[in-house]
Amino acid sequence: MPEDPKHILSSFEADLSRLRDMIAVMGGLVETQLADAINALLNRDAGLAAQVVEQDPKVDSEERAIEQFAIRVLALRQPVADDLRHVVAALKMTTDLERIGDYAANVAKRTLVLNHAAPSYPLASLVQMSRLVQENLKSTIDAIGEADPVKAVSVWHADQMIDDLYTTIFRELITYMMEDARNISACTHLLFIAKNLERIGDHATNIAELTYYAATGENLPEARPRGDFSASYTPSINK
Amino acid sequence: MPDAVARIELAADAEEVAPPRISVRNLDFFYGENHALKSIWIDFLNRQTTAMIGPSGCGKSTLLRVLNRMYDLYPGQRAEGEVLLDGQNILSPGLDLNRLRRRVGMVFQKPTPFPKSIYENIAFGVRLHERLSRTAMDERVEWSLSRAALWGEVKDKLHHSALALSGGQQQRLCIARSIAVRPQVILLDEPTSALDPISTLKIEELIEELKRDFTIIIVTHNMQQAGRCADRVAFFYLGELVECAPATQLFTAPRERRTQEYITGRFG
Repeated sequence: MPEDPKHILSSFEADLSRLRDMIAVMGGLVETQLADAINALLNRDAGLAAQVVEQDPKVDSEERAIEQFAIRVLALRQPVADDLRHVVAALKMTTDLERIGDYAANVAKRTLVLNHAAPSYPLASLVQMSRLVQENLKSTIDAIGEADPVKAVSVWHADQMIDDLYTTIFRELITYMMEDARNISACTHLLFIAKNLERIGDHATNIAELTYYAATGENLPEARPRGDFSASYTPSINK
Repeated sequence: MPDAVARIELAADAEEVAPPRISVRNLDFFYGENHALKSIWIDFLNRQTTAMIGPSGCGKSTLLRVLNRMYDLYPGQRAEGEVLLDGQNILSPGLDLNRLRRRVGMVFQKPTPFPKSIYENIAFGVRLHERLSRTAMDERVEWSLSRAALWGEVKDKLHHSALALSGGQQQRLCIARSIAVRPQVILLDEPTSALDPISTLKIEELIEELKRDFTIIIVTHNMQQAGRCADRVAFFYLGELVECAPATQLFTAPRERRTQEYITGRFG
């Protein structure tokens, strides 16, 4: 697709480009927050976990700044067509990014608690899941920057793997808890952490949908790849 | 579903069943050697507002002038193709132009009241087509002015000069004058470009109201206006119809790149 010509009104062009930059900055910040939260968890690094918790308000304030700026662009520029779609998508994405930031901070908070317990649980599946979530978030943020609908669709599909891994981790942790009641406290925190990571994947999927809409003007099908099977009814567990 | 969207979707459904009021088929138009409209195909649906947008010289006003054969007034201008009004080709040489212009009324960019009283501005055109009793004419004048949302403001000064009215009132008077002869189609050529924002909104409200009975075709340079009042929007460029689509679609996800560049202001 050839490059769009510039707007005749250069200040409008500047506004749209500033909005893109703001989203990129917030995306980068959230990516770092998630990476730090995961490293803190895997390395039992209390200092890093505390830092993630401290940085969370910064994510929130980025969200507010983007919201205010997008509203200003809507009010003063009255964008249409692809411009309108990009502004509306930015407005909605910023909410998803803020939620991702919250989940990262939540992982960090639970890490601080977990550090008080002995490391008597295996983290292999969680390591794998957190890598996938990070990769997915990175691709999502790249897709926004490049306004790339193809990349957005690949993120959208990749979320299924995260959901599958979450279901596996859920079963593993239940098993540890059944084996030894002393694991219950730590495993419950891990379960919440896994759930937070799974939710981050869902928000990345939302962002991918918005990116696709902004780039093409079309919506992805409503049936999203969402598969937290730990929530589905399985008679064997209830017996 | 937001109301505006629901309205468009209903209109889109209606499109499949109702025959168009005006059907333009393979229309070419020439100002002497200048080929101003190139093979235009477009339908204007009954009880819908269609907005025509595009840069100056794109042919939108030319098309409007074809729809009531206004171009006949100028030598060297000619149209080829078909323009069917309820199935009848209005480009036929034998057509009664007075009758056509009663059916297809027009309002211009600048208000053009006659230098007569408000009452006479309305009655003048009606007398050309109909013989009405004094009472019937009074009723027609009141009906037209009421439909044009002007009655309340002028009912006590019907015999004052129309030139004393404000620009917005004069434009509504011109709309009243055009609907007084009970046309089927109303052509509006940038009807609010000389008006302040409040008068503009009053005209747009009026268009919304008139749409219930008439087919409305409006030429406008104001994108927001096209978005606010039109069911369908047609984008013209260099004498060609680039895209005609429901307003919601055209302003959120136009199909054609040239439309997108024009409405977002990335043109040229």
